[in-house]
Amino acid sequence: MGRKNLLNDKILSWISVALLMLFLWWAQKHLDPYLRRLLNLIAINIIWAVTFNLIYGYTGQFSLGHAGFIAIGAYVTALLTMSPDQKAQNFFLAPCIWPLNKIQMPFLLSLIIALLIGALFGVLIGIPSLQFRGDYMAIVTLGFSEILRVIIMNSQRVTNGSLGLKGIPEYTNLLWSWGWAIIVIYITRRLIHSSYGRAFRAIQDDEIAAEAIGIRVFSHKLFAFTVASMFVSLSGGLFANLIGTIDPNLFSFFLTYQVVIIVVLGGVGSITGSVLASVLYVSLFELLRPLDATIKIGSLALPGRPGARMVIISVIFIIVIFFYRQGLMGSKEFSWQWLRTKLYRREA
Amino acid sequence: MTLTMFLQHLINGISLGSIYALLAIGYTMVYGILRLINFAHGDIFMMGAYIAFYNCVTFLLPWYIAFPIAIIFTTLLGISIERVAYRPLREVPRIYCLISAIGVSLLLENIAIVVFGGRPKAFPCPPIFSQVWDWGGVQVPSLTLYTIIVTLALLVAVTYLVYNTKIGRAMRALSVDFETAMLMGVNVNEVISFTFALGSALAGVGAIMWSLKFPQLVPLMGVWPGLKCFIAAVVGGIGNIPGAMLGGFLLGLIEILIVAFFEKVAGLKYAIAYLALIVILFIKPTGILGKIYEQKA
Repeated sequence: MGRKNLLNDKILSWISVALLMLFLWWAQKHLDPYLRRLLNLIAINIIWAVTFNLIYGYTGQFSLGHAGFIAIGAYVTALLTMSPDQKAQNFFLAPCIWPLNKIQMPFLLSLIIALLIGALFGVLIGIPSLQFRGDYMAIVTLGFSEILRVIIMNSQRVTNGSLGLKGIPEYTNLLWSWGWAIIVIYITRRLIHSSYGRAFRAIQDDEIAAEAIGIRVFSHKLFAFTVASMFVSLSGGLFANLIGTIDPNLFSFFLTYQVVIIVVLGGVGSITGSVLASVLYVSLFELLRPLDATIKIGSLALPGRPGARMVIISVIFIIVIFFYRQGLMGSKEFSWQWLRTKLYRREA
Repeated sequence: MTLTMFLQHLINGISLGSIYALLAIGYTMVYGILRLINFAHGDIFMMGAYIAFYNCVTFLLPWYIAFPIAIIFTTLLGISIERVAYRPLREVPRIYCLISAIGVSLLLENIAIVVFGGRPKAFPCPPIFSQVWDWGGVQVPSLTLYTIIVTLALLVAVTYLVYNTKIGRAMRALSVDFETAMLMGVNVNEVISFTFALGSALAGVGAIMWSLKFPQLVPLMGVWPGLKCFIAAVVGGIGNIPGAMLGGFLLGLIEILIVAFFEKVAGLKYAIAYLALIVILFIKPTGILGKIYEQKA
């Protein structure tokens, strides 16, 4: 019976992915741009949250470097996909350096290059950062992310400095963003259920014990970190080609905090939780948007305060940490078996 | 580079470093006892600056009343943050405290954006702080001198408090061994509240000096000084109060001297503190004066 169910589960998963893709294909054509943008943002946030979960929720390394990797991917993809004319317009203070000012690449190729560069930086930053544990690891990765931002800000001829880049071609559509989100979820899921994943769990539980039973702790940590950085960097590319305008201040540690909020809301160590929380966070952030703008009730105008919605989100976040530390899902995952038992119980 | 110019940079560096030292003490004391990076410390600093600003500008109080009120405010803010956001989490895995600190920091910053507005505000400078003396070619603003004097006095006071009084002994006991200190009858809650009060009061003093020196208030003004001073505390040896002072002074000096001597890399000065942190952690993870602490993840 177990074997049969397993087969059924696989088929069900593929069917639901196919249905989702069909829906997205429809949505891309018929939904209005605002909703499409939200759906795209949800997918990108899912990639961020799931990869954060891979490093923190499964391997136990609290890394605050997400914003830096997002920035790497965003800049690499933006610079590669923009046309030479666009770049010339952007770089009016100082011309762009040689190979970058001439080349233009297709989106997929740029994304793959962003992925490779992300992996490279993952190794480069991971090797020093992962020597530390706990909050030192947090502050060192936060440090690298901020150093990257400062370097981007000061490399006028490569990244256009603090002026940022405008007019990035908006290639990212629902199929791109959700397609990659599904790939990232699939790979993360396969990874954490493999022997590597069990090693990650062991490291999270007790690093010294893991080492004692012969797990190569450092290389496993580095592996998880690099896989995550790779996909974060790629999602940065999707992000840049979605919003069309980037500047260094976009990639400050607020972006990282946002990912932390999503993962904690969803439940540390649950991919399902990360997905649900991304949907919830992006929707909540939009639903609260009126708070930032002026509210009109009849002739009475309540002046909106920019930042008000972030106050509410931080309060919710703090309450979650106090009272619902396990988040939406704890470390549980969605499974077809779970759904089946729910449905059968209702029938009976 | 003449001698007068060097002296000029030196005195600027010491004055900046003394503000860093004040903030770094707050980080190091809290880390020493709770093993927590108090991300909200920089925002307590920011709140202090805004309260001083409103006392001076809206309530038209003279500076010698306005500034102490701001310091009292930050003290109370520090105590209440510990009470509300950290104390309930003392028994759960330590990383949740860090996440809670991130939450508090976000909350304070956004409250500041909502209540005070995002537009920069100009901090008023009382005339007594805006004189400039000329000492043989070295321009010494009175503020710089007062900053150094006040900081040194406070540092002496804090050192005395921590190393020569009963509550100071309790603080040191808690930082060495939390459980044993509890068994010995140390009133943990009281000591931790006191630690936060002391750290936040110093942050308040630092905030006022900072705003007099760089008179532009924005809601995110505490973030960078906060992170830098945590780094200063690590460089000096986390948990070690003289270490935090040393780290603060060093960071201030290095920052000013690098900008002065290597103008080309001045834009990268924000990255320098972090590079210093990473290098120090590699060479001597316990910092310059630090002892070895057990690192529990």
